[in-house]
Amino acid sequence: MPQEPLKGLVHSYETFGAVDGPGVRFIVFLRGCPFRCLYCHNPDTWAAASGGETATAQDILSRALRYRDYWGEKGGITVSGGEPMLQARFVAELFEKCHEIGVNTCIDTCAGVFSRENSDILRLIDLTDTILLDIKHADPARHLELTGAKLDPVLDCAKYLQEKGKRVWLRHVLVPGWTDSEEDLKRLADLIRPMSNIERVDILPYHTMGVEKWHNLGLEYRLEGIEPPSDESISRAREIFKSDKPAA
Amino acid sequence: MNAVIDAKEQPAWAGFVGGRWTKDVNVSEFIRLNYTPYYGDASFLADAAPSTDALWGKLQELQKEERAKGGVLDMDTDIVSSITSHPAGYLDKDLEKIVGLQTDKPLKRAFMPYGGIKMAEEACTTYGYTPSEELHKIFNVYHKTHNQAVFDCYTPEMRAARKSHIITGLPDTYGRGRIVGDYRRVALYGIDKLIEAKEYDKLHSGMGSMAEDVIRLREEVAEQIKALKAMKVMAASYGFDISKPAMNAREAVQWTYFGYLCAIKTQNGAAMSIGRISTFLDIYIERDLKNGTLTEEEAQELIDHLVLHLRMVKFARIPSYNELFSGDPVWATLSIGGLGADGRSMVTKNCFRFLHTLETMGPSPEPNMTVLYSSRLPEPFKKYAAKVSINTSSVQYENDCVMRRVWGDDYAICCCVSATQTGKEMQFFGARANLAKCLLYAINGGKDEKSKVQVAPEYPAITGEYLDYDEVMKRFDNMMSWLAGLYVHILNLIHYMHDKYYYEAAEMALIDTDVRRTFATGIAGFSHTVDSLCAIKYSKVKVIRDEDGIAVGYEAEGDFPRYGNDDPRADDIAEWLLTEFLAKVKSHHTYRNAEPTTSILTITSNVVYGKATGSTPDGREGGMPFAPGANPSYGAEKSGLLASLNSVAKLPYEYALDGISNTQTIHPSALGNTLEDRVNTLVSVMDGYFNKGAHHLNVNVFGTEKLIDCMEHPEKPEYANFTIRVSGYAVKFIDLTREQQMDVIRRTCHKSL
Repeated sequence: MPQEPLKGLVHSYETFGAVDGPGVRFIVFLRGCPFRCLYCHNPDTWAAASGGETATAQDILSRALRYRDYWGEKGGITVSGGEPMLQARFVAELFEKCHEIGVNTCIDTCAGVFSRENSDILRLIDLTDTILLDIKHADPARHLELTGAKLDPVLDCAKYLQEKGKRVWLRHVLVPGWTDSEEDLKRLADLIRPMSNIERVDILPYHTMGVEKWHNLGLEYRLEGIEPPSDESISRAREIFKSDKPAA
Repeated sequence: MNAVIDAKEQPAWAGFVGGRWTKDVNVSEFIRLNYTPYYGDASFLADAAPSTDALWGKLQELQKEERAKGGVLDMDTDIVSSITSHPAGYLDKDLEKIVGLQTDKPLKRAFMPYGGIKMAEEACTTYGYTPSEELHKIFNVYHKTHNQAVFDCYTPEMRAARKSHIITGLPDTYGRGRIVGDYRRVALYGIDKLIEAKEYDKLHSGMGSMAEDVIRLREEVAEQIKALKAMKVMAASYGFDISKPAMNAREAVQWTYFGYLCAIKTQNGAAMSIGRISTFLDIYIERDLKNGTLTEEEAQELIDHLVLHLRMVKFARIPSYNELFSGDPVWATLSIGGLGADGRSMVTKNCFRFLHTLETMGPSPEPNMTVLYSSRLPEPFKKYAAKVSINTSSVQYENDCVMRRVWGDDYAICCCVSATQTGKEMQFFGARANLAKCLLYAINGGKDEKSKVQVAPEYPAITGEYLDYDEVMKRFDNMMSWLAGLYVHILNLIHYMHDKYYYEAAEMALIDTDVRRTFATGIAGFSHTVDSLCAIKYSKVKVIRDEDGIAVGYEAEGDFPRYGNDDPRADDIAEWLLTEFLAKVKSHHTYRNAEPTTSILTITSNVVYGKATGSTPDGREGGMPFAPGANPSYGAEKSGLLASLNSVAKLPYEYALDGISNTQTIHPSALGNTLEDRVNTLVSVMDGYFNKGAHHLNVNVFGTEKLIDCMEHPEKPEYANFTIRVSGYAVKFIDLTREQQMDVIRRTCHKSL
């Protein structure tokens, strides 16, 4: 009897992504996330059981390839979340198919479930061309407060990616009062300074576009009243990282 | 091998490679043999000259004054505009390197009665001017005008269809426009040679037979020759002798502009394109740069001053026209780029210079800057165009690869998005048939859902509580056949009368005598018709009828696919609608055997058409604007920009040779974090879209928040020239009516998630 193909828990798709990896990309949002970030703009993707479809790797690839003409030389597919590492075996299968036909692969991860013991995750990393690694906070206590999860696996993942020489785009969301102090930013910058595999640092300004989703889900939004960072504060943050890395 | 022409032989052509073009009138061969493709980047460009800054400053002051006076700065009431009706006029005689105004003063609008004396007078009274009594008498008692002639002959059915807006925006109250003279001929040959060629044609037409078509042709050529002679007189009033070819770049730009100026002195067509002139003029500029008689700064100055004059083109319009075409557009469309038939890029340095005018003088709706795009254009040019787009939202793109196959490599965009072969063709512009209303007529047995008047023949109405797809399709098919027939008949009548009473002698004088004509019909309400048919097919649509039994509302039970999501269920219906409509148009005889084409392009007229149309089964409320052109309906696009582009790209251009316009707004942050990223993203998107065979893309890069702020604070200096692309043209956002502004704000803005 043929084996039932593996299926992914998909939240939604976006056909046009230009800020989630190199070039123009097709983005797959998966369901299920180990983090509960206070500023999350996609809380509707937290629960693996939340609404959406299930799809095979081939389903997703066929859908994505309808947009291949737009990808240029650099673009491809990005799997975002939710957290792709939670469905590492499935995403690895998708990426294997991508590589068979020369499609560039990318994951957007918080690395919260990273473990060197998990062979599926290691395989997924191996099959990923660029990893968008989102480090939410450089301080373990504040990280826990902000995301509800531990920083250790995130840092271990960063270390692993460095060891493997994996291309990484570091992402960091600038939340006023939470992640924008000079001290915190410098701490993060110090942390990544030795990582020559980091190709680029994206400082992403916090925005409030996801707040409505929290309300719709009946969740309490704890960052109520926090405004997006000023342009000045964004460029200051970028400047801190620019001293070592080409910040964008 | 063609020889290089010697100065002794023909001084104006010295250094050019000769060919057939030296004997025949053949500008495109001249270009092919003489242009220099440019593969470099924009670093060679020069800044604005002091004269440009001064003139542009002056013009902006006048524009401000014009806006303060309610939209018109000054207007003629006593002079009937013609090629020679006005003395020379200047913005600042000492500073202008290129000269020529429509009237004697900048931004002063001419009196043009031939399209319709009523409208010319209404335009005057609208802006507080009193029309001349004498001219009133002349054009009512002694001479008939186009509008009167058309209305003399309309049938009751035609009047009813027009009144109910099932056929709408017809060029019976304004000039049809869309005829692009090959203005380059004036520069390359001089007027005398052009007169000689037309005299020859006249001599060789109608030998031995005086049938109606021959008589008409001979009279038309006679009018063309008269226009050519008048051009020389007009140019002489500015101190130039254009009887001979242009000797240098400055003259070439000036001669070409004079040709165009004659067109806009005599015609107030809805679209008055200047054509494809950049690569032609580059040949002269290159020659002068090589000779050392011109610097790059001076070259930019010439192009800036030409473009400055194109920014000054104005016509006196009436309120109903402004509702259709909001923001005072003239479609002085300028086409740049493209590939040659031999595969070489036709991008020259001058294509950069024209785009650069949006930087030297800032954003502007006119001229309607159009890049003839191919993924095979040189990368630096694509990137430069994308950069200018991102910074100004003033550029549109059209697929050179699909158009070149049909129109050759010397076509130009003649209105908002339609192509015509330069100097070989003209169009009979035909506005649009409202297919969304047609669907409602199919349901209501030909009764108008708003006025309840029986406009179409009394076909059986649909009486069931729920709409049955097969029944609706059968009725819709019949109704569309009726509509297409009536539509073609109306256009035949309009264009017969336009030729008779408002013939475009100045433009036609610069087009081959043996002209090819296309018959440009169009579709309005496209996305709503498609989505409505989807709703009927894939969900249950309940009909709500009023006390007279007229279907006035619809309730769709359950979800249904919509056009704009790359979903074949909807996109197949879209394709069917287009091809079927064209087939129905083609089955009728057209005036002067013009070739029927169609388009899916509404201008800002989507608002007016929507206003006149009741609720549709897709859930669009009665009176709400249609989506513009071939755009998916507002809010229908659920799968992101590229899915939307894919849906539009599936519409076959071969069935809509008059154009398929698509207007997209992308938030800058969705294109990337840096300007470099944004440029690369936009180029990738356009490469993909046009490689799929799509026809047109308007690119806007801004967020809805900017539009809202501009609507609320139009007085902020940064908004004085804030330009946006609407459907097929660009406008200053502050020049739109509030209704139009709200419509633009409601449109989908693609953001990053």
